[in-house]
Amino acid sequence: MKHITDFTIVSRRQLGEHYFSLTLQHPATLPPVAAGQFVEVEVRHCREVLLRRPISVHDVDPAANTLTLLIQTVGKGTRQLATLAVGDTLNLIYPLGHGFSLQGRQPLLVGGGAGIAPLLHLAKCYHAQGVDPVILLGGRTRELIPVRDEFAAYGTVHYATEDGSLGERGLVTQHSAFSADYDHIATCGPTPMMKAVGRAAQQRGIACEVSLENMMACGIGACLCCVCDTDEGHKCVCKEGPVFDITTLTKWMNTK
Amino acid sequence: MINLSTQIHDITLRNPVMTASGTFGYGEEFTDFIDLSRLGGIVVKGTTGQRRQGNAYPRMAETPAGMLNAVGLQNVGVDTFCAEVYPRIRHYDTNILVNVSGSSIEEYCDVAAKIDALDAIPGIELNISCPNVKQGGMGFGTRPEMAAQVVEAVRRVYHKTLVVKLTPNVTSIVDIARAVEGAGADALSLINTLLGMAVDVERQRPMLSTVTGGLSGPCVKPVAVRCVWQVAHAVQIPVIGMGGIVTAADALEFLMAGAKAVEVGTANFLDPRTTVHIVEGLEDYCRRHNISDINEIIGII
Repeated sequence: MKHITDFTIVSRRQLGEHYFSLTLQHPATLPPVAAGQFVEVEVRHCREVLLRRPISVHDVDPAANTLTLLIQTVGKGTRQLATLAVGDTLNLIYPLGHGFSLQGRQPLLVGGGAGIAPLLHLAKCYHAQGVDPVILLGGRTRELIPVRDEFAAYGTVHYATEDGSLGERGLVTQHSAFSADYDHIATCGPTPMMKAVGRAAQQRGIACEVSLENMMACGIGACLCCVCDTDEGHKCVCKEGPVFDITTLTKWMNTK
Repeated sequence: MINLSTQIHDITLRNPVMTASGTFGYGEEFTDFIDLSRLGGIVVKGTTGQRRQGNAYPRMAETPAGMLNAVGLQNVGVDTFCAEVYPRIRHYDTNILVNVSGSSIEEYCDVAAKIDALDAIPGIELNISCPNVKQGGMGFGTRPEMAAQVVEAVRRVYHKTLVVKLTPNVTSIVDIARAVEGAGADALSLINTLLGMAVDVERQRPMLSTVTGGLSGPCVKPVAVRCVWQVAHAVQIPVIGMGGIVTAADALEFLMAGAKAVEVGTANFLDPRTTVHIVEGLEDYCRRHNISDINEIIGII
């Protein structure tokens, strides 16, 4: 069941220059939100923005009836959202899409940039079922890995930065932790990163899920704008995704 | 008691608010948010003879007060619609119209004939105005003779309410409307999207894989109201107006300009409850203006 609800912002954190997080409280009991699902956020008071913005759910606190969004300021919509303050309301359509499967006893979670966002909720969900994942977070620099400490409670965390300012120098796929033994990989981040992770997983025979981020209008499978060219034809990233098993994405995997 | 009911040929709408094809899926996508029995009708996704994948991604771009789309009629095809989708949606307590699309007159007729056999579908909206397909679509809707030919052919195989959806991408929409009326259409719906284009200047590339696409949303409303006003005064058959409707006031503009019903499109993406809010807004308007029957204000301009 999907909902449309006005949430109240109960906390706002600025995370370096490019990221911020908003913790939003539901007026009653927050319905369940699976790891990898997302919300469609209404952007008010911005002449240039008509459509909602799809944002993945970073964290869920059922006891407090809150969910947290980690947002990268990239365009007009997110710049407007960055101006919101504690006490403001935000209208969400949620929970949307098909999330991660939570498969594997030894999972690896690989995140890059804003793609780190859904991995916290995912790590928490794994932890809750008795599995502590290895979490590998990457970015060009230390500043572009916005959230760090939160992950440590749910698994083992490693970092890869291209300039070596945090963790090992290099890409996530070059990190020493990447080549350890896993039975499942879940990844979210820039497309080239996800494709590199997916190809490596394929070569090593490890199941792998990727979370795609296509431009969307409706978020509920009505407009058919956000399609990915899967092995079974065009599928809506908003409804059949955003999480796909790479075995269904042959064409996507093999294009640059 | 305020009467919001209007008539489109043989179809009685409980109120003039319908949904526009391609923005409302098969209705199923919206049942978590609204009760479909609150609506006058829904027009489901454009349906073609064969399954279609549509155009390549990216096929949407946000523009000031609007959006461009180049979906290109992705749909399951008429046979799958009849066998799988129709049984799921036929029980909805609202008028379900199917938007019928094609690349040839034969395809339009094939799809229309198959939909004709479905009891719970009281009408079709013949789409001779899609700007996003290479063959057919808008090609049929931009010349009066071609438009008339398609409508005449479909008229022979389709026996229920035949609505024909017009494109605004023409010199004179009135000429097309008259030709379609003369060919046997029972009603007209307008406007389909305006042909548009947007460029990503940083990447120096078009925003859409198809370069051009169809513009919709609030930015097109004045063009749409003008088209509806011109056409409603030129034909005898009922007109369904659409283009950029977000609020009840927007819907009222179309009704006053001569539309007997309206379709809400892009606004379904902004808030899935928009149609119901518009119905409530129409009731409220009638109450405030002491109007007992919405038909009193249809075409007053």
